[in-house]
Amino acid sequence: MQKTIFTLKTNREIAPDTYEMVFSGDTSSITAPGQFANIELPGRFLRRPISISHWTEGSMTLLVKAVGVGTEDLTHSDEGTAFDVLCGLGNGFSVDLIADNTPILAGGGLGAAPLYGVAKKMRERGMTPAVALGFRTKEDAVYLDEYAALGCKVYVATEDGTLGTRGFVTDIIRAHPEFDYVLCCGPLPMLKAIHSLEQLKDGQFSFEARMGCGFGACMGCTVPTKNGGKRVCKDGPILYKEEIVW
Amino acid sequence: MVNLNVSLAGVALKNPIIPASGTFGYGREYAELYDLDILGSFSWKGTTAAPRSGNPQPRIAETYAGMLNAVGLQNPGIDAVIAEEVPNIAKIFHGPVIANIGGFSIEEYAENCRKLESVEQVKILEVNISCPNVHAGGKNFGCDPKAAAEVTRAVKAATSKPVFMKLTPNVTDIAEIARACEEAGADGLCLINTLLGMRIDIKTRRPVIANRTGGVSGGAVFPVALRMVWDVYEAVKIPIIGCGGVSSAADAVEMMLAGAAAVEVGAANLKDPYACKNIIEQMPALCEKLGIENISDLTGGAHHG
Repeated sequence: MQKTIFTLKTNREIAPDTYEMVFSGDTSSITAPGQFANIELPGRFLRRPISISHWTEGSMTLLVKAVGVGTEDLTHSDEGTAFDVLCGLGNGFSVDLIADNTPILAGGGLGAAPLYGVAKKMRERGMTPAVALGFRTKEDAVYLDEYAALGCKVYVATEDGTLGTRGFVTDIIRAHPEFDYVLCCGPLPMLKAIHSLEQLKDGQFSFEARMGCGFGACMGCTVPTKNGGKRVCKDGPILYKEEIVW
Repeated sequence: MVNLNVSLAGVALKNPIIPASGTFGYGREYAELYDLDILGSFSWKGTTAAPRSGNPQPRIAETYAGMLNAVGLQNPGIDAVIAEEVPNIAKIFHGPVIANIGGFSIEEYAENCRKLESVEQVKILEVNISCPNVHAGGKNFGCDPKAAAEVTRAVKAATSKPVFMKLTPNVTDIAEIARACEEAGADGLCLINTLLGMRIDIKTRRPVIANRTGGVSGGAVFPVALRMVWDVYEAVKIPIIGCGGVSSAADAVEMMLAGAAAVEVGAANLKDPYACKNIIEQMPALCEKLGIENISDLTGGAHHG
């Protein structure tokens, strides 16, 4: 973890209330996709934990949806605004662990964000990621072009059938029994539905929680697991299939 | 040169700044960030006899200039703390440690303190009496002067270390509780614990925190804590650790002027993990500006003249 200043370089609305925010700053504390940044906002006491989508040496990209007062402030920030950020938090996804499996990346809504970082890592290692992305409706879909440009095999599902398969990411995974491992991020009901799929031997699940500190000190985000209580911020946000309890 | 040394019931601290219990774990996370030896002391996470998994999610909510928490005293239990955390604390912090102790019966408080008797680094016991007494219908020990005094006496009989009772602000007259603890033999007091509060989600129409209520902390509670330290300073002779919403060196000075001998910094650590380090680094310049040579002279300074 590093406490550092990030400056908003570009802020682009890519879907209703959903922004791709690119920040410049020192990203040396980021060690794995799926880690998050905890961003201080003027006038708000708690920082806002936001999953890191992808990063380079001097820049970090976040996909942020305005869902509350904090994320509304953040997404309405002007380019050039400086933010105090605790960066490189959490364990992140492990790309090493998927080598002997046939993995699928499964994202619901903005779950697409951190999985893009995973896909980039996989491409660097010569793998061709398969990605299942689920959205409520066509206009909510994000990063489809980016995943395609990376050379991923992309499957899309929408709840109302306006784009791709009508249904959920679980329907896509079920239709492809060859996938035996998942890396996923999305709303809790989606994670739970994926967790129950029998074809999956193992997998990595990204959780979210209301956090006090974001670096493991306050126990505000602890969830029960088969291996005892785990802090979503420090021991997670990635939990493994066999340890998760619902 | 400003002298930052203070003393708490005979325990020497190199400065009055102490991370507050529940915001600093057992020091591990912060030791990755800075040298903890700059701290006057630190108060470890509230520890009970048995391991506790804590409350269901969500446990955290926000308010103006502060936050609410209902962690539920999650901790690994006193035996695990002595076996696993104490040896690690010995590596990361070499000053006097304050052991924060919880309990759900008078016997549990006493037994927890007895177990710490031989733990060398622990120089002060901070007894959290904001816990429900399971033998008295769940009423908090700290809300009743008699119960607070009973815990104090039991703990004093179980230890030779200085005992600081940590008081809850959720009472009508905190000075009355403070006097009861002093009369029962407390060596000092720590106040305040969090203020009971709640938030409701206007979309779901349900409390934000699963436990419904939570403890309010952060800058929002600072004036409340300050007033209570003031009142308790007028009521007792024993030293007070002032706690509640302190976020800057100026806040710490203000808390000492109200009557605190030392100051705990809580929620500020969660917002900025370097909060205590910054306060300690800014303190000498602030004292010089205010013409303070010995910081300990500040204690109760607003009450005189």
